[in-house]
Amino acid sequence: MKKLSSFKFDRRGVVAAVLASAALAACGGSPEASGESVVAASLDGEIEKPNLKFGFIKLTDMAPLAIAKEKGYFAEEGLNVTLEPQANWKVLLDGVIGGQLDGAHMLAGQPLAATIGYGTKADLIAPLSLDLNGNAITLSNKVWDMIKADLPKGEDGKPVHPISAEHLKPVVAEFESQGKPFNMGMVFPVSTHNYELRYWLAAGGLKPGYYSDGDVQGVIDADVKLSVTPPPQMPATLEAGTIEGYCVGEPWNQAAVFKEIGVPVITDDQIWNDNPEKVFGLREDFAEKYPATTAAMLRAIIKAQQWLDADGGANRKEAVEILSRPNYVGADEEVIAASMTGVFTFEPGDTREAEGFNIFFDKFAGYPYYSDAIWYLTQMRRWGQIADDKDDNWYFDTAKAVYRPDLYLAAANSLVEDGVIPAESVPDTDGFRGEQAGFIDGVTYDGSKPNAYLAKFSIGLKQGQTVTAAGVSGT
Amino acid sequence: MATAYVDPDQPADAAVAANDSSPTGKAMLKDTAPVEASIAAEASPAMLKLKAIGTAILWPVVGIIAFIGLWALLAPQVDTSLGTLPGPVEVGEAGISLYGEYSAAKEAEGAFYAQQEANNQAAIAAGNPGGVRDFEYAGPPTFLDQIFTSLQTVALGFVLATIFAVPIGLMAGLSTRFNAAINPLVQIMKPVSPLAWLPIVTMVISAMITSADPLLPKAFVISALVVMLCSLWPTLINTAVGTSSIDKDLLNVGKVLRLGWFDKLTKLVLPASLPYIFTGMRLSLGVGWMVLIAAEMLAQNPGLGKFVWDEFQNGSSQSLARIMFAVIVIGLIGFLLDRGMMTLQSLASKNRTV
Repeated sequence: MKKLSSFKFDRRGVVAAVLASAALAACGGSPEASGESVVAASLDGEIEKPNLKFGFIKLTDMAPLAIAKEKGYFAEEGLNVTLEPQANWKVLLDGVIGGQLDGAHMLAGQPLAATIGYGTKADLIAPLSLDLNGNAITLSNKVWDMIKADLPKGEDGKPVHPISAEHLKPVVAEFESQGKPFNMGMVFPVSTHNYELRYWLAAGGLKPGYYSDGDVQGVIDADVKLSVTPPPQMPATLEAGTIEGYCVGEPWNQAAVFKEIGVPVITDDQIWNDNPEKVFGLREDFAEKYPATTAAMLRAIIKAQQWLDADGGANRKEAVEILSRPNYVGADEEVIAASMTGVFTFEPGDTREAEGFNIFFDKFAGYPYYSDAIWYLTQMRRWGQIADDKDDNWYFDTAKAVYRPDLYLAAANSLVEDGVIPAESVPDTDGFRGEQAGFIDGVTYDGSKPNAYLAKFSIGLKQGQTVTAAGVSGT
Repeated sequence: MATAYVDPDQPADAAVAANDSSPTGKAMLKDTAPVEASIAAEASPAMLKLKAIGTAILWPVVGIIAFIGLWALLAPQVDTSLGTLPGPVEVGEAGISLYGEYSAAKEAEGAFYAQQEANNQAAIAAGNPGGVRDFEYAGPPTFLDQIFTSLQTVALGFVLATIFAVPIGLMAGLSTRFNAAINPLVQIMKPVSPLAWLPIVTMVISAMITSADPLLPKAFVISALVVMLCSLWPTLINTAVGTSSIDKDLLNVGKVLRLGWFDKLTKLVLPASLPYIFTGMRLSLGVGWMVLIAAEMLAQNPGLGKFVWDEFQNGSSQSLARIMFAVIVIGLIGFLLDRGMMTLQSLASKNRTV
C-alpha cells in the first residue's frame, strides 16, 4: 500500500514507469510485441453526430463521463451529450449493441466477450480505459467476526494488509460441514470484479468454480459459489443474507461500512497493483461511421480524466459533490468521499491511506493497452468461459480488434498539440506493458505470452483441459 | 348484484346501465353512494344533507388523517439500512425538494438555450455560420418530465389496446364460432405478467427498429407495447360480453328493417354495447398504468418506474422519502385516470340512442 501511495500524482514516477515498461517491452521478444509503436488513427473532420446518449452504472468510476458533461468538456468539443443511468450491466450492454446508447461506461470484459461471442455477439471496441483500480472485496459482519481473530495484527493492533483469502478457508469449511454453500456476489460474468474475486480466492487456495460450455453459473467444482448481483443492490443482498461477501466498485463497499453491515477486507489495488478497470465502450461501426465524433468524445473524456487527477487530487472534492447528485451516482456525499479522496475505510476506525484507489489520468490510466485486454482474455480461459485452448496469436488478434489505442492516440495527440495535456502523459508504446509484477500471489504477467502465463496458476484450467457439468477433464 | 343497490329515484338510464353490466362491469359500477342515499331517503331532508356531507367529505378526511397519523407514528419504528422509514413530513419535504430540482433544471435549461443563442449570434457575427448549434437541452429528466413520459407511454399503449380489442371483441360477440376460436387464447394470454412479455417485446422491437434515429425512441415503443399487451384483455372481454348480450328483439327488429351489416353494427350493436366497452376500457387503463410502472422499472425505460428504480439504486439517505413521494404521485395519477374514464363511461351510458 505504502509503495503505491507515494507513486500517485507523481510525474517523475510516471516517467520512470514508462521507461521501465518500454525497456521490458523491448526485450519481450514476441513477434506481436516487437516494440513497434502504435500509430494514431487519422480522425479529422466535422462532427457527424453531435447529439449523443451515453449509459453508465451508478459507480464512482463513471466520474470521467459526469465530469466531461458537468465541466463542459463535451460542449467544448461541440457535443450535446445525455447521460443515462442503467439498471445493470446486461441492460447497458444491450443498449449499446441495440443502438439506444451511443457509448457507455463498460466493464473491460464486456467489449471483449461481445466480440468473441461469449454472451451477446456484437463488434464492440474500447478506445479508452476509464480508470485504474477502484474495487474492493467486502465480507459480511458474521464472516468478518469469524476470521478477525486469526488475522496477523500490526503494531497498532490493526490487521496487516493485504489480507489473504486463506483466512477464509476454515470459514468455508465450517459452512460446508453445516451443509450450507458459501456464496459471494460479483456484478457480471465477464466483470473485472468476477476475475478479481476469483484471483483473490484462488491465491488463497479456494476454488471459485469453473464455467462450462453452455453453463453461465460458473460454480462447477466450486468451494465458494459466486453469483451475479447489480452493484447498487449488493449491500441489500448482503444484508438479506443471500451472500456472505462481494466484490464491487465504489461506493458500494463504503456503503456497507456506513450501514455497518459488512467490512471491506482488500482493495483490488492490493490484489493487482494498478489494475486496469472500466473502459469506454462503443460499437465498432459507430467509430467507423462517425470518426470525428469519436475523436471529439474521447478528447472530452481525456480532459475530464486529467481534471480528476489534477494537482494531486485537488478537484476530487468537487467531483464527489457532482457524483452525489441523484442523476449520477446518487449516494450520500460522505459515502462517495470515503473512497474518492485518497483514503479508504476498512472498518469503522480503520481508515487507511489509499491514494491509488481511483486513478483516472496518471500512470497512463486512459491508454487501452493490448496487454490489459489479453489479461482479461487469459482469465476467461482460466475459468472456462473460453471453452478451448487458444494459441497466443488468437489472444493478440482479439485484443487488437477490441482495444483501439490508435483511436485513443488520435484524440490524445491532438490534445497534446493544443497544449491541453502534457506530451509525457501519452505513452509511446507497442501496446504491451511488458512483464508486470504486483499481484497478490507473486505471479508475474507478461501480455506477450498468454499461454505461458496461464500455465503458472495452480488453480485454473491448464492447456488441453475442458469443463463439463461433471467437472474438469483432460490433461 | 348491482340491481340491489340501484335506488328507485336514480335516472332510468343509469339503472339500465347497471343492469346491462357484465360481471366485471358490475363490480366497477358498484358504488356505495346509492346505498347511503336509499337509507337516507327515509330521514328528514336536513339529516339527509348532513349525511351526504359526512359521506362525501368528513369520513374521507377522517380516514386520511388517521392513516397519516399511523404512518407518522409507525414509520420511525422501522429501521432500514438507509435510516428509519420516512414519515409524512420527510416525504413532503422530498416533494418540495423535487420541485426545487425541477425549477433548478428549468433555469439551467433556460441558461443553456440563452448561451447557445448567444454563441450562435456570435458565430454569425464572426461570419462563421457553420458554428451555429441547434441542440436540445440534454440535462437529466426531472420528476415532472418522468411523469409526462409515463403518461404519454400509457396513453399510446391504451389507444393501441383499444384499437385492437374493440373490433376483436365485437367479432367475438357477434360470432359464436369466432368467440370459441379465440377464447382459449384469450384465457391463456390474459394472466401473463408484463414482466414475462418484456424480454420478448424488447428483443422483437430491437430487431425491428434498426434506424439510427427512429421516429419514436425504442424504449418508449417497448413500454407502450407491453402496456398494450397487458391492458388488451379487459376491453376485449367486456366488448365481447356486451355484444353477445344484446337483446335478441333488437336484432330481430334489425332483420325486419333489413338493416345492412354496417347499419346493424353502427345503429344496433355499437350503441348497445358501448357501456360495456367503456367499462372494459376503464379496467384496461387501470391495468395499463400498473403494468407501465413495472415495465419501466425492469426495462429502465424513462418514466416514473425508472425514477423509483434509480432512487433505489442511489441508496442515499434521501432515497426512501423520494420513492415514497413517487408512490403517492403514482397512486394519485392512477386515481385521476380512473375518474376520467368513469366520467367518459357515464357519458357513454347516458347518450345511448337505443
